[in-house]
Amino acid sequence: MYSQGLIGADARTDETPEFLEAFQNRIDAEEKIEPNDAMPEGYRRTLVRQIGQHAHSEIVGMLPEGNWITRAPSLRRKAALLAKVQDEGGHGLYLYAAAETLGVSREEMTEELLDGRAKYSSIFNYPTLSWADIGTIGWLVDGAAIMNQIPLCRCSYGPYARAMIRVCKEESFHQRQGYEIVMTLAQGTPDQKAMAQDSLNRWWWPSLMMFGPHDGDSVHGDQSMAWKIKRFSNDELRQKFIDATVPQAEYLGLTIPDPDLKWNEEKGGYDHGPIDWDEFWRVVKGHGPMARDRIKARKKAWDDGAWVREAALAHAEKRKARKLVAE
Amino acid sequence: MSGEVPLWEVFIRPRNGLSHKHVGSIHAADEVMALQAARDVYTRRGEGNSIWVVPSAAITASDPDQAAENFEPTGEKIYRHPTFYDIPDEVGHM
Amino acid sequence: MALFDAVLELADDHLVLGHRLSEWCGHAPMLEEDLALPNMALDLIGTARTLYDYAAQLEGEGRSEDDMAYLRGEREYRNLLLCERPNEDFAHTVLRQLYFAAFMKPYWEAALSSSDEVIAGVAGKAVKEMAYHIRHAGEWVIRLGDGTDESARRMKDAVEALHIYTGELFEEGAAEGIDALPSRAAIQPAWEATIDEIFGHALLSRPVVQYPQTGGRVGKHGEGLGHLLAEMQSVYRAHPGATW
Repeated sequence: MYSQGLIGADARTDETPEFLEAFQNRIDAEEKIEPNDAMPEGYRRTLVRQIGQHAHSEIVGMLPEGNWITRAPSLRRKAALLAKVQDEGGHGLYLYAAAETLGVSREEMTEELLDGRAKYSSIFNYPTLSWADIGTIGWLVDGAAIMNQIPLCRCSYGPYARAMIRVCKEESFHQRQGYEIVMTLAQGTPDQKAMAQDSLNRWWWPSLMMFGPHDGDSVHGDQSMAWKIKRFSNDELRQKFIDATVPQAEYLGLTIPDPDLKWNEEKGGYDHGPIDWDEFWRVVKGHGPMARDRIKARKKAWDDGAWVREAALAHAEKRKARKLVAE
Repeated sequence: MSGEVPLWEVFIRPRNGLSHKHVGSIHAADEVMALQAARDVYTRRGEGNSIWVVPSAAITASDPDQAAENFEPTGEKIYRHPTFYDIPDEVGHM
Repeated sequence: MALFDAVLELADDHLVLGHRLSEWCGHAPMLEEDLALPNMALDLIGTARTLYDYAAQLEGEGRSEDDMAYLRGEREYRNLLLCERPNEDFAHTVLRQLYFAAFMKPYWEAALSSSDEVIAGVAGKAVKEMAYHIRHAGEWVIRLGDGTDESARRMKDAVEALHIYTGELFEEGAAEGIDALPSRAAIQPAWEATIDEIFGHALLSRPVVQYPQTGGRVGKHGEGLGHLLAEMQSVYRAHPGATW
């Protein structure tokens, strides 16, 4: 999802060649960049955009799974799903905080999300239509996210890398949770197995799209790689994901919905059929099936919560005033 | 649009005997809610037994442009380190 | 079976309130509350699970915690009306939580010395959880009660709407005459003291209720519970006998 974070990023920068070279030398020496350090404006802007979109993805990502918290079919599953969706909120929070070290506030980022200026991962614009989708999201979507996020733990920007370490540590249960759900369904009644297959059919391709466009079509990849904001190309990560996932599907007795999928001995990986890039761009541009509903739900939470935040601020002022009087 | 809810830095002590360590930030309107938010966000997996919260605005940081004058002069004062001194092995650990 | 019924009442209280809180996840007024509310919900659901499991053991008919939660209809649920009240707004939600936790904390304190080991065990864990719920919900009640004009109005509306359900907290229900469980009526002074203390800071006052609403313990609920259960139980009931 985070490779999509660079779509629309503006990495232009106007600093002197000496400054840029000195900065690049620090990056090449694997030195971490910290908030108050001098940095090219393009680096800062790219990070704000990417971390912001990553944070928005976590927050919007609470909605499709949240859709099933109240219907989870056992109390054990209910508790695990609630804890998982809560984690996504936490991840959004850590990431907003990482972006805030670059001089942009959570409120500003939230407004950009709500008025459509900022994007979030295309995957969350698809609906969750059965309980199996909760399993599939954990298995595929979190699996794809982990592929992207583990290299980000070594990202050149210190606060982002530190946030990602915490996120990866917490996420380790998410994919297992999802796979266990799908496994239980795949080994369950015929109806349950059909539910699992239907879910895989719907989520497979959107999951592959999470890694972003093909390397050749990815405009900002090179500069971000040089700055070590991004450490692997979209296609490399996508390939890794497919190679890891296919045997997991085989173990479950489920079929990956790609007739062209086959093992390529020579490259030591799977070849896959063509990705529907028209669909990808349509969804990225805000025309995914759930796009309007997602933003509407976030906007409602933000607007409905305004009076609570205002009350907390008003009370804090009163507390301060009373403290001063008491002193 | 409502005003911005202030930012706080969160420090957690993993267990007695260790120092509080910076773990991240949260937003809260006052110090009581900041502590609760820090507890709810950063201690969900038994990460610690004590929390500090500090308004982010209250932190004064050293200037990275002064890093050289602040931190490099100390580099050559190797006599501050035990390995600077030669003690024969026969004397034993010191 | 009296103990079975009383344990089921407690379990239903915790599940239904935990479910209501879980409805907030992803929709809270600020991100920090998107973490705080599920924390409280998870405490409640965890307690409910232990209690359902215990009820099933007491019954001895091989039912599971999930059978208890997912296969009983609204007339069979025994939760307090307070617990099923809809979230409405954040003021209602934190007040409902305060009312419940301010009761359960002294209740579990009294249950620590119960002759029933399971109950005493649950109490040991729950008493700390409820102490935090009082603190978190209580601090919000204070901030909303003494915040802006709008928040004060909403807080008063919430008191008006929810206080009529608090009398039911102190009814003995199926626990009547069971020594292993604390007397609920005896909790009232402690509950009132907690509420008065917080209301004092929140510029609220505890209303005198002329016509209290009760009936949850005999399965006479509001109309909202049926919808809550229909949603919660839909997948489980659509696939009888399936494992999840």
